[in-house]
Amino acid sequence: MSTMTRAATDGWVVAKRNLIKIKRVPEVLVFVLISPIMFVLLFAYVFGGAISPEGVDYKEFLVPGIFAQTVVFGATFTGAGLAEDMQKGIIDRFRSLPMSSSAVLVGRTTSDVVYNVLSVVIMSLTGLLVGWRIRDGVVDALLAFGLLLLFAYAISWVMAWVGLLVPSVEVINNASFIVIMPLTFVSNAFVPTESFGSVLRTVVEWNPVSTLTQAVRELFGNVPATAPPQEAWSMQHPALYTLLWVLLILVVFVPLSVRQYRLSTSK
Amino acid sequence: MYEMIRATGLVKRYKEVEALRGLDLAVPEGTVLALLGPNGAGKTTAVRVLATLLKPDGGSAQIAGVDVLADPEGVRSRIGLSGQYAAVDEHLTGYENLEMVGRLYGLGRARARTRARELLERFDLADAGDRPSKTYSGGMRRRLDLAGALVAEPPVLILDEPTTGLDPRSRQQMWDVIRELVASGATLLLTTQYLEEADRLADDIVVIDHGNAIARGTADELKAQTGGERIEIVLRDAADRETAQRVLERVAVGGVSVGDNGRALTAAVDRGASALLEVLRDFEEHRVEVLDVGLRRPTLDDVFLTLTGHATSATPGSPAATDDSPTPTEALR
Repeated sequence: MSTMTRAATDGWVVAKRNLIKIKRVPEVLVFVLISPIMFVLLFAYVFGGAISPEGVDYKEFLVPGIFAQTVVFGATFTGAGLAEDMQKGIIDRFRSLPMSSSAVLVGRTTSDVVYNVLSVVIMSLTGLLVGWRIRDGVVDALLAFGLLLLFAYAISWVMAWVGLLVPSVEVINNASFIVIMPLTFVSNAFVPTESFGSVLRTVVEWNPVSTLTQAVRELFGNVPATAPPQEAWSMQHPALYTLLWVLLILVVFVPLSVRQYRLSTSK
Repeated sequence: MYEMIRATGLVKRYKEVEALRGLDLAVPEGTVLALLGPNGAGKTTAVRVLATLLKPDGGSAQIAGVDVLADPEGVRSRIGLSGQYAAVDEHLTGYENLEMVGRLYGLGRARARTRARELLERFDLADAGDRPSKTYSGGMRRRLDLAGALVAEPPVLILDEPTTGLDPRSRQQMWDVIRELVASGATLLLTTQYLEEADRLADDIVVIDHGNAIARGTADELKAQTGGERIEIVLRDAADRETAQRVLERVAVGGVSVGDNGRALTAAVDRGASALLEVLRDFEEHRVEVLDVGLRRPTLDDVFLTLTGHATSATPGSPAATDDSPTPTEALR
């Protein structure tokens, strides 16, 4: 069997194991799924009045931003799950088996796609309740969800690498917060690009979280009619630019994580 | 005979500590080798090197002719490892655990399923097979872990302290299972802290201390070196000590150790009960009164006392010398 097929079949076996855990201990999901609901409600009702871009229904502007933010935050789940796995006896069993050395990572990132699907569904329902709408048809909407999940998958691999580097679940929760908070707040997820000063605005425009949000807004038809045209190339081609990031992240972090897994194997 | 497990000059260093200092091992096909030693002797390190979980800093090892450094994956498909801490997923049922391991060994779906049921049956876990393994007792988890090592019927089994922490009944069950495995032709390396376990299960024993083999041989050979059973006497009056010591020395193999303010005496003997009878007869003749008397099997501590002159100690370089240490006999290398 080729290395790739082996990685895929072994990865699927490990993913199934992770999914069984969600089935047996559904409590782990509750808190992770409550936070997107909380974010939608908080921003819509607490900031909704204060942050009100002209001529824009803020709730409709906001929900795609929350989508982007939540799938990025969701990757912490991957890192935490992996950090926890590495401390358990089962990893010794995995290491002594003639299985693909990337299977534990492939399995973890794959099972987290399921978690991301759940979280996107819950967010969409909450969004619809507070007044968010899909305006550009089913195909575009599915493309938007697809892009969100792809980006989430890529970020999962980054956090997988971090999860292998740090010694504990607590550390990874704090570490990821430090990276993810600026990444999602210095973006157009909550406020329009125009509201940033010139230097910060450039950062915002080339931040993949911004382009992801922009692409999703366009696909759902949530871009305000009064919004000024985008100047940066990245914001003019948000879907393409985001996909390039997805590729770049995967090319860098898949081998990096697999290497790190092997390294921690032979300590 | 063909050596299924072979290790030459294994060295492993952790910062200041040398966990292995040139360990040699050889296990002929179809036999059982027990690696006997206290905590911190290097047993688990040796196991992890042989199972490709750890790269040695020096030396080499082959499993079924395959080199652990050159072809770790080849080694993994030829071994079954069962660790000291049961490597099972607590959220998965026993069946799901075994099916998963089977799939990861590369068995097809159908084969992995039938194999999982077979093993649950064989290890007396069939009734509990569909319960999450976190509901299992310690002994059940350990059996499930061992079953995991056997899924692909590997020719070489490596068991790291398979019975440590088990109650006597679970230990007995584990021994039965291991004996069956050996009867079916497997080659087995097991580590243990219990001389009795090594004695019951192993063809050959290597005694390990501070990362090095300090004695090797069959159980009988080791006993001949270290003496067999121990006579333990507690005197009513410490004044009788010299007389008692003289009596014991006549039957003892090696020295007589004295402790507890001169009232407790221990001697290794090779004729067991008859030596004890002789000692008691002599005591009666010399009017030596005893509070307690007993005959017991030698423990790992006794082996260590005889071989190294110090009791088992986890910290290297600080032999736990006690006031009842006997005259050290020559360390056997």
